[in-house]
Amino acid sequence: MSAALDLFTIVAVSAGVLFFLAGVVGLLRFPDALTRLHALTKADNVGLGLIVAGLLPQAGSVLAGLKLLLVWLTVLLAGATVGQLIARVARHAGPRP
Amino acid sequence: MSFDLIYELLLGLLALATATWSVATRDSYSAVVGFVGYGLLMALVWMQLRAVDVALTEAAIGSGLTGLLLLGAAARLRKADARVTARPTRTLRAVAALACTGLAAALAATVLSLPQSPPSLTVAAVSALPATGLGNPVNGVLMAFRAFDTLLEKVVLVLSLVGVWSLAPELGWTGRPRLLHPFADDGVLRFLARTLPPLGLLFGLHLMWNGADEPGGAFQGATVLAAMWLLVLMAGLGEAPPVRSRWLRVAAVAGPATFLAVGIAGMGIAGAFLAYPEAHAKALILFIEVPMMLTVALVLALLVAGPPEQAPHP
Repeated sequence: MSAALDLFTIVAVSAGVLFFLAGVVGLLRFPDALTRLHALTKADNVGLGLIVAGLLPQAGSVLAGLKLLLVWLTVLLAGATVGQLIARVARHAGPRP
Repeated sequence: MSFDLIYELLLGLLALATATWSVATRDSYSAVVGFVGYGLLMALVWMQLRAVDVALTEAAIGSGLTGLLLLGAAARLRKADARVTARPTRTLRAVAALACTGLAAALAATVLSLPQSPPSLTVAAVSALPATGLGNPVNGVLMAFRAFDTLLEKVVLVLSLVGVWSLAPELGWTGRPRLLHPFADDGVLRFLARTLPPLGLLFGLHLMWNGADEPGGAFQGATVLAAMWLLVLMAGLGEAPPVRSRWLRVAAVAGPATFLAVGIAGMGIAGAFLAYPEAHAKALILFIEVPMMLTVALVLALLVAGPPEQAPHP
C-alpha cells in the first residue's frame, strides 16, 4: 500500500513539475501578454494541483492535508484574480509596438 | 554533490542575478518588479538558513509591502521618467563607481576579518527562555531580552506615519488618504477583496498567537492584516478613515503606549524598566502584543495609503 502511495506521489509530482515547465516555456516563447498569461495560469493551477495531490498521501495527518488543499485553493483564487487584472490592463494598453 | 548544495547554489545565483538586474535596469517599473522577485528569493534563502521568522518578515515586509510602496512611487515617477533624458556626466559616473566599489570592498574586508566562530549569545538566550514562558526563542529575544529595541521600533513606526502625514497638502488635513482609489470600480478585485479577508484575518491572528511557541509573531501577523485592509481599500469597498479621527490616533499609539506602560510598571513590580515578573511574563507579553499588532497593522497600511487629501468636490 505504501509503495503504491509513494508511486502515486512520484507520478503526480513529476506531472505537476512538467506542467510548470510547460508554463515557463509558454511564458518565454509566446508572442504577447494575453497568450503568455494563458500559458502561465493554466499550467500553474493544474501543476500546483497535481503537486498538492501528490503530496497528500505524504502529509501525515488530515489537518496537514487540509492545509495543503487550502494553499492550493488560495493560490487558485489569487492566480485567477491577478490573471484577470493583468489581462485587463494588457487589453487596455493594446499590443506593444 | 548533494541536492541541498545544488539547490543552494542555484538559489544564490538567482538571487544575485535578480539583484543585479534590479539595479542595472533603466526602467523604474521593471526595477521594482525585479526587487519584489528578489525579496521572495531572499525569503527562500532565509528558509534554507532555517530562519523561518526572518523569512516570513522578508516575504511580508521586504517583498510585499515595500514592493507595493515602490510600485506606487514608480507609477508617480513615470511622467518624470519620460522627461529625464540627460545622462550623468562621465566624471560623476566614475566617482559613483569608485564609491560603490570602495564600499563593497570595505564590506567584503569586514566579513573576511570576522572571527571563525562569531561571539554568540544563543546559549544564554535559550537557557533563559523558560523564564519568559515562551517557546519561540526569536519572540523571547524580541519581547523580553531586547524589549527596549522592539519598543523603540514601534515608536519609529508611529513617527514614520507622522512623517507621511506631514506631506499632506494644506487643505488635506481635514481629509483622508486617497492614494489607492484609482483601482476602484473593479468587479474582479472586489470579488477577491470580499473572499480573501476572512481567511487573511484568521491567518494573521494565527501567526500572532502561534508566535509565542513557533515561528511567527505580532509583526508578521500584523502585516497580513494590513495587506487585507489594503486590498479592501484598493477594491473601493471601504475608505481609509479621516486622519483627524480620534479612534485612529488612539489605535496608532496603542501598541507603544501599552508597551511603555507595562515597562514603567515593571520598575515597580519587577525592579527594572521593561522587566516582567516571572510568574506573569507570558500573559504580559500577550497583553502587549495584541495592541501592538493593531498599531503595526494600522500604521503599515496607512504608510502605503499615503498622506491625506482633501475630498474631491461633488
